[in-house]
Amino acid sequence: MTGSSVLFDAPGPKARRNSLITSIVGGALIVAGVVWMAMTLAAPRESGGITLPGMFDESRWDIFADPELWGFIWNGVIGTLRAAAVAAVFALILGVVFSLLRSSRLKWVRYPTAVVIEFFRGMPVLLMMLFILLVFSTGSYWAVVSALAVYNGALIGEALRAGLAALPRGQREAGLSLGMRELQTKLLIEFPQAFRQMLPIIVAQLVVLLKDTSLGYIVGYPELLRATMNNLSSYYGNRYLFPLFVVTFLIYLTMNLLLSWLARSLARRRNSGGGGRGRRNAGGDADVSPDQAILVAEASAAARRSTST
Amino acid sequence: MDVVIDNLPLYLQGFGVTLLLLAVGGVGALVIGVLIATMRIAPVASLRWFATVYTEIIRNTPLTLVFIFCAFVLPYLGADIPYLVSAFIALGVYTSPFVAEALRSGINGVPVGQAEAARSIGLGFGQSVSLVIFPQAFRMTIPPLINVFIALTKNTSVAGGFFVAELFATGRTLANANGSAVIPILLGVAFFYLLITVPLGLFAGRLEAKWAVAR
Repeated sequence: MTGSSVLFDAPGPKARRNSLITSIVGGALIVAGVVWMAMTLAAPRESGGITLPGMFDESRWDIFADPELWGFIWNGVIGTLRAAAVAAVFALILGVVFSLLRSSRLKWVRYPTAVVIEFFRGMPVLLMMLFILLVFSTGSYWAVVSALAVYNGALIGEALRAGLAALPRGQREAGLSLGMRELQTKLLIEFPQAFRQMLPIIVAQLVVLLKDTSLGYIVGYPELLRATMNNLSSYYGNRYLFPLFVVTFLIYLTMNLLLSWLARSLARRRNSGGGGRGRRNAGGDADVSPDQAILVAEASAAARRSTST
Repeated sequence: MDVVIDNLPLYLQGFGVTLLLLAVGGVGALVIGVLIATMRIAPVASLRWFATVYTEIIRNTPLTLVFIFCAFVLPYLGADIPYLVSAFIALGVYTSPFVAEALRSGINGVPVGQAEAARSIGLGFGQSVSLVIFPQAFRMTIPPLINVFIALTKNTSVAGGFFVAELFATGRTLANANGSAVIPILLGVAFFYLLITVPLGLFAGRLEAKWAVAR
């Protein structure tokens, strides 16, 4: 349903005018809402007899002129990125291992792996962090990293497995008929295709991983949130809470939007180029066409992403 | 194991709060999500714009940050709300764009040909949506939606870090009180989470397989 305009008759001049009017009215309402919020924030407030300056008052933002503060924030960003990068590498490795074990032909490999994956997927990452922190007493850094690696590894493994399952059977059969072994076919023929197919999902999962490092705030790992919202706001005082929040928010938004943008451009590249695998035309060799399966897998992966905690 | 059984009432209490968070947050997310999804396909450009920006911003913000906003920044700005309510708001707002995306992906998954066919045999807008497109979109929407709720279930644990005495917070308190039996205590907490997430996940998987539309 990409072209929902199919559903309507082409709008005539009257309908176009109406839609333009609603558009302007709606836009005006939204702008009014935003302005109202800004005004409320900017207005000075009475609190117990003292007048507090508005949120955009200079006295609330002067700390950002201090280079030392940016040093602290930078340390927080590094803490976040370091945990995310190490966890991402381990998650990818684990994901590949999980997907191979999960799609094994041997029942006694496949079923236990499925149980393990379900267990890791069904648990909150936060609980896993606490578990690792208390049981293995690893310190908060490794608690954050290993919990994120295991959890996202399980999710990436599932995505890769869906990719493997969605490949046309002919790929495997062709590999086998060339005289390759099971494992060779899997690693050399099926896996690269599945990985490519699922790359956008995997990158999107890595965005989730980056967001999830913020849970380190709760288990006491000094990442960005802890650096700004806890350490700095108690050091400089509560009146900088809001400005610090805004800055943290913007930093996170920038990091995540950059990664999301990467995911999207990967998805576009996959959709436009990379033909010649005959998948688009081959469809319907099973009762479920692969494209459909991929769509469902993508949709549920997108949904699971909110796992994001 | 004894520790878990001894503290079963505490567990159940925490589990109740988790279910409450799940229910209220879920309903809130559904309401906002449906609203945003409708705005996204509305023929009015400014609403579409707003919905897109909203989705992008919330989706790229960590839940912890949303929680900090609702628990610390909102009261500071003058909203006097208990922590439980701020957790409801945080979970509802955070989950809403994911609900909206699940709905949208379901509608986008129906091939244009279906709508064209419906229109070409003379069905009107209402008829083609309600008889042709929605029944197909519905099947593709429910499994992702269930997955959104599974994620929400797990996300309620973050509320435990912000002064809401739900399952995770209960587990943490118990683990701190009984240092010698940390493993059974936390596995007990995990069990309660799995009690919600695993059946829901199996259900979603069944529906996905059963409802895959053969075209």
